[in-house]
Amino acid sequence: MDSANSDDHYVADTVSAAVKIVIAGPLGVGKTTLIGSLSEIVPLRTEESMTQAGSGVDEEVSGKATTTVAMDFGRITLNARRVLYLFGTPGQPRFFPMWRHLVHGALGALALVDTRRLEASFDVLGHLEDLGVPFAVAANNFPSSPNYPPEALRSALDLLPETPLMICDARDRYSSAQALITLVDHLYTTASEATR
Amino acid sequence: MTSSAGSGPVRPYVITGGRSVPALDNLALETLVIAASGSAPEPRMSPESAEILSLCRRQLSVAEVAAHLGQPITVVKVLLADLVDAGLIKVRPPVPIADLPDKGLLKEVLDGLRQL
Ligand SMILES: Nc1nc2c(ncn2[C@@H]2O[C@H](COP(=O)(O)OP(=O)(O)O)[C@@H](O)[C@H]2O)c(=O)[nH]1
Ligand SMILES: [Mg+2]
Repeated sequence: MDSANSDDHYVADTVSAAVKIVIAGPLGVGKTTLIGSLSEIVPLRTEESMTQAGSGVDEEVSGKATTTVAMDFGRITLNARRVLYLFGTPGQPRFFPMWRHLVHGALGALALVDTRRLEASFDVLGHLEDLGVPFAVAANNFPSSPNYPPEALRSALDLLPETPLMICDARDRYSSAQALITLVDHLYTTASEATR
Repeated sequence: MTSSAGSGPVRPYVITGGRSVPALDNLALETLVIAASGSAPEPRMSPESAEILSLCRRQLSVAEVAAHLGQPITVVKVLLADLVDAGLIKVRPPVPIADLPDKGLLKEVLDGLRQL
């Protein structure tokens, strides 16, 4: 594995804090592509291991099976003081035990949806709701994607009226940035309402 | 401690000395870490800890440290926590960000994204 041997791998010295946004969705939906479109570093991969049943040390000792979850992530320097990390997390329910940890402290999540297989995203959306993580939904258009009107997508995905929904091309930097902006704009609006 | 640094993956409990719970619970994936000024690898340090120290001569997130090392997050957190306890690694920010981000922070993020 490559090491951070070149100085631009590093976070600028002036930066004093980091925030994160989770990019969630089923395998092959475009998480890594979106992260790569936006990241200032080549997206990195890391692994989180988790015990299958519950909380910890005892299982580790008794040798219960551990599952390894690979996460791709990237970085965006927002300004001289702050960086944003984007963490791509796999959407299969067997990985959900790890999500609580991953979403802790996250500003919110962008849920990616492949319109050719909407049902593959149901678990992800349901779990974000269960965890109370605010999110927006970005539907990636693939060549053979059916052309749903937004309202049909909304009702198929059972989205709340306030949940933002947009069409996105994860391969395109501008489109990917728009998706994140829509999410954070939503978070901002919600926060201002809560503190008004 | 058996060292097999550079010769493939090391079983997590070996290089963390049997501990599987980080001493420092406020090490998140995005937490920024940097070597304390003047800190250098010590003779009794595991190769992985020494590698973390030299990697962190400038700041990186916990996730980046893990990715560059090729070790699982959980393992790297335990090693980092020990280095923090020993005063060799500093954590920035020292206090974790509040659970609910405030308007000001979200505005800052929004402004940053709009410049992309
Ligand atoms: N047409 C189209 N293809 C995409 C889009 N996003 C990703 N892909 C392609 O879909 C495949 C899977 O994407 P990937 O980012 O690896 O999915 P992940 O498993 O969610 O990380 C890749 O071949 C991408 O090039 C998109 O928005 N539009
Ligand atoms: Mg991926």
